[in-house]
Amino acid sequence: MKRAPSGTPTSTDTTATASGGSSTAKASRPGTVLLGQGMTRTYHARTVLHGVDLAVTHGQTVAVLGPSGAGKSTMLRCLAGLEPLQEGTVAFQGELLSKAGTAPRSAGGRIGMVFQQFNLFPHLTAAQNVSLAPRKARGMPTAQAHARARDLLTRVGLAEHFDHYPYELSGGQQQRVAIARALAMDPELMLFDEPTSALDPEFTREVLAVMRDLADSGMTIVVVTHEMDFARRGADRVVFMADGRIVEDGPAEDVLTAPRQERTRRFLDQILSE
Amino acid sequence: MGGFLDKAVSADFLSATLLTLELTLLSMLLGVAGGVLLALAKGGPRPLGWFVDGYVWLFRGTPVLLQLIFVFNVLPLWGLNFSPFTCAVIALSLNEIAYMAEIVRGGLLGVDRGQRTAAHMLGLSEAKILRWVVLPQAARLVLPPTGNQFVGMLKTSALASVVSVQDLMLTAQRQAAADFDYVGSLCAAAVHYLVLTSLLTLGLRWIERRLDVTRRAAARRERQPVTKHTDTAALDPAAR
Repeated sequence: MKRAPSGTPTSTDTTATASGGSSTAKASRPGTVLLGQGMTRTYHARTVLHGVDLAVTHGQTVAVLGPSGAGKSTMLRCLAGLEPLQEGTVAFQGELLSKAGTAPRSAGGRIGMVFQQFNLFPHLTAAQNVSLAPRKARGMPTAQAHARARDLLTRVGLAEHFDHYPYELSGGQQQRVAIARALAMDPELMLFDEPTSALDPEFTREVLAVMRDLADSGMTIVVVTHEMDFARRGADRVVFMADGRIVEDGPAEDVLTAPRQERTRRFLDQILSE
Repeated sequence: MGGFLDKAVSADFLSATLLTLELTLLSMLLGVAGGVLLALAKGGPRPLGWFVDGYVWLFRGTPVLLQLIFVFNVLPLWGLNFSPFTCAVIALSLNEIAYMAEIVRGGLLGVDRGQRTAAHMLGLSEAKILRWVVLPQAARLVLPPTGNQFVGMLKTSALASVVSVQDLMLTAQRQAAADFDYVGSLCAAAVHYLVLTSLLTLGLRWIERRLDVTRRAAARRERQPVTKHTDTAALDPAAR
């Protein structure tokens, strides 16, 4: 809490924000898991994220949509603390995670992340992939970590693949191992960066089903995706981005069926006509 | 030819072979350890990176024979008196570090960046990422070129004969000078070198196989032939 600069919500400054700015008052509402404020990210004088604000509430499933180059993945990486910010802050569970001018802190596994390219550890089996971080980062005994890994792999439908190496698994299976691996650290938030973009259509379904199960179990999720079907049926909130800004943000139903912005409408028309 | 056989199995040649092997193993061990440290330092703060560049430039840019003679003749002037064997180990490993640093650096660069990112998000510290994620993968990439270096070192160690280390090379030369049987002496030494390099190559292949996950998986399947890959559809949570 001491690390938090003014403007970052903490339980103590709720009264201050109630009388002050309206945007921070909304953000400091209890139940906000993740809060990005004024996030600006620049690469070589090119700004890819223009002061974006995003607050994610506990239990929410947020789908981030938008054309390529809109800054969706960059925003997700900033929220994850993987990219330094040029301006703004990211707070996770009320703790400052990232702030302009300093290297982001690690959330210590409490923010789980799933990547487009899976990024499984190729030299470890599925079970070892899942148990590595609990063992090495949290000091969990090996037997316990392996039992846990088996439970999680069973949960994502990979009960018969504990001892298989990533190269022996299909893309969909690899991505499900990656989800189990992130879950092994008991995250309070799961970020998905285009989790099905590298998959054949037949494997997309099984990964999305696992994600939907996760959302149903109450996990807070932010997913950057091109899967309109998942946004429609799996998400309860849709954020539409273009040119490094959030153009539209609202309940999935509203944004997808009755977009208020011309830019969103054009994007949806384009996607749906394909 | 009788001279050749007698020499090949003589105590002189066998102990010389042992010395050559010791020299090679020690220099290579220090070379690999130093190379790993320099490769890691290269990714550290700027001045450290400059030091590594300077080191590689110096030791890769001058003949190892020069370095050997330098160590042997100059260190005593500075009050550092080492045996010829120690001097040879110092010179050969200093030189080897330069090559190994570049090889290990290549190996570290060969590990996909996404591996570090994923491990970081899982809450592993930088040191643990290196130990459990990056180095095991880099080791596999680094092994074949390191094997090359190893075989090369075995032969380069013959230069130690110049500073009077009683290795295989010097033994062969001394024997030849004593009885003028150059063919027998040199062939005996050549056979010993060939035996060493062959054993080394076999050993390296064995390690390479052990690090290869595809072979590990194949070995597991042989142990448990009943386990078959079930159709993914049966496990598909979407189909439940």
